[in-house]
Amino acid sequence: MSDDFQTAAIEASGLARRYGASWVLRGVSLRVARGEVVGLLGTNGSGKSTLLRILATLLKPHAGSGSVWGHDIVRNAAAVRSQIGFLAHSPGLYDDLTTRENLTFVTAMLGRGEGDIDRVLERVDLAHAAGTQVRALSAGMQRRVALARLMLVRPKVLFLDEPYSNLDSSGIALVNALVGEWTAEGAAALVVLHELAPAAPVLHRTVTLHEGRIASSEPNVAVMA
Amino acid sequence: MTKSSLVAADRHSRRWMIFGCFAFASLIASQVIAILISPPDRDMGDLQKIMYVHVPAAWMTMLAPLAMLWFGVRYLWKRREEDDLLAASSAEVATIFAGLTLCLGMIWGRPTWGVWWTWDPRLTSTLVLFLILAGYLALRAFTDDREQRAQWSAAVGVLGAINVPIVYMSVRWWRTIHQIQSNPSTVDPAYVIGLRLNAFAFLFVMIFFIRRRYEAALFERSAEHVAEAAALGVSSGN
Amino acid sequence: MSARDEWRRARAIAWKDLTAERRSKAGFNGVVALSVTILVLFGFALGPDTQAIRDAAAGAIWLALLFGGVLAFNRSYQMELDGGALEQLILYPGSRRAIFCGKLMANLAFVSLMLVIVVAVGGVLFQVRVPDAWPSLIVILFLGALALVTLGTFYAAMASRSRAREVLLPLLLFPMLVPVLLAAMEATRALLGGNAMGDAGAWARLLAAFDVIFLAASLLVFESVIDA
Repeated sequence: MSDDFQTAAIEASGLARRYGASWVLRGVSLRVARGEVVGLLGTNGSGKSTLLRILATLLKPHAGSGSVWGHDIVRNAAAVRSQIGFLAHSPGLYDDLTTRENLTFVTAMLGRGEGDIDRVLERVDLAHAAGTQVRALSAGMQRRVALARLMLVRPKVLFLDEPYSNLDSSGIALVNALVGEWTAEGAAALVVLHELAPAAPVLHRTVTLHEGRIASSEPNVAVMA
Repeated sequence: MTKSSLVAADRHSRRWMIFGCFAFASLIASQVIAILISPPDRDMGDLQKIMYVHVPAAWMTMLAPLAMLWFGVRYLWKRREEDDLLAASSAEVATIFAGLTLCLGMIWGRPTWGVWWTWDPRLTSTLVLFLILAGYLALRAFTDDREQRAQWSAAVGVLGAINVPIVYMSVRWWRTIHQIQSNPSTVDPAYVIGLRLNAFAFLFVMIFFIRRRYEAALFERSAEHVAEAAALGVSSGN
Repeated sequence: MSARDEWRRARAIAWKDLTAERRSKAGFNGVVALSVTILVLFGFALGPDTQAIRDAAAGAIWLALLFGGVLAFNRSYQMELDGGALEQLILYPGSRRAIFCGKLMANLAFVSLMLVIVVAVGGVLFQVRVPDAWPSLIVILFLGALALVTLGTFYAAMASRSRAREVLLPLLLFPMLVPVLLAAMEATRALLGGNAMGDAGAWARLLAAFDVIFLAASLLVFESVIDA
């Protein structure tokens, strides 16, 4: 038996969701423990992003249940949201605002001061682009701004949707470093991946979805060693 | 949506059919009685008799949005699918009665005032209400996700229903050609009985329509549920 | 979440909306240009006769504002949908009402500015004489604009995310605005016609009542609208 006495960071039980008449997710159960990084693999349309969004309370499940650190994703959505950080495939930024203004908005919405913004910009190597409109940034740089936002949020659970796309090798290293730091502090991460390679250094386990169901679940030997 | 509501609907279906027969019988009886016992109007002659359909229809048009409001609020509170279906059904029935009121009003108006449309308060408010309902139905038609459709319709329905009395009042302030709202006190006593009888008959018919429309939606929805459950590969109990 | 936190969030959203709008110059100018075009078309439709267009001035101005407003309200949500920002917006802590209030304030600023231009241009095109009671006129215009913005912000939250956004927003919004438009147009007409303050005072109180009702109702149900 696993350590059931400890609340799982992420728990899903029979999650299902349909789009129109057809089911995208057909009953997925999984468990992510404290400090664990789990990768979601699968072909397009296998339900990976849908699963992520359901657990991040952006979509409601049509069947099944889930919880994040013990809070039910449907009944306690607000509590769940206060714990999580979501990195979507599209950056979720305001094109006409500058990098710094976007982050200032984030801190205002989180109810915090702007003190951390400079530090965070340094970390993602965008201090030089602080005054540039997001519209003028490359896709990779926009991804870094999104990572900066994630740093400001200080999440206890991370939901990352294809975080490595559009990133060069230093960007990939940055994501892995950040994930490593967050999980060292006890956060857990569920990462939707297009391919395994960039995430290999940080993944503990991979789960493969096929047509809305779990096809396989394997440990990532490289990290266990 | 629970299976039990479907089972309950099935069981009650027979009782509602009896109620429906009663409703239509009372409608026919009320119409006949009203037409026979009421004398021809001084000015309008027998044209006056259209009042027995037009006025109750107008009253129902104001009543049905209350049902929309009630079920909409209940849906927002409890999130039960049945309340959404009842609200939608009420809206459809309200639209029908609004359309009926407008057509009959125009048919009454043409010989009386010589034009098809006079911007009189009651007809104009009914037209605005008709448009509010059209917006509600369009929203439902253009929203595919079921939960989103239910939540949005409830929000729109509640605001729309709240606005109904406001629309009526403001249009009346804006214009007064039409005769004062026919409360029994201002209508010749000879017509009152006919109006009251028909008002109740129309009420029964409207309730029956809402119920039937709701049942149809309920059965449709449960068929969808069964199909979806089968596609998912689990039993459809719940 | 304390009221001050909510207010700060709403203010942040309003600031963000207005900053973004200021930078994308196309937006405001385009909407104002459209409203002015509509005024001109009304001028053609109602004929060059002075008395006729003076009588029609109030109606034409409000309708031009209405059509421009519809564009503004959809644009307000468009910026959230473009880059997927709406998802992030939903995930921040705090109530959804802050989102509504923030967007409401931004839209109010936008529409108020538009109102000034539309009234000025309309006044000229429709040969309106500036009334003695022009402060009352400003009050009426503002109260009417507030109702327009309240309901517009509310319905655009749904329409902008729907398949048929261009049709749905006007279809939902315009019938609901009939009471407001009637009151605002009558009051504007009365004031432009040099009418006494008395009548206008009653209309102003009526408009204020509408504002309160629609604001309260929208705030109550907005949560269901934005979360779906």
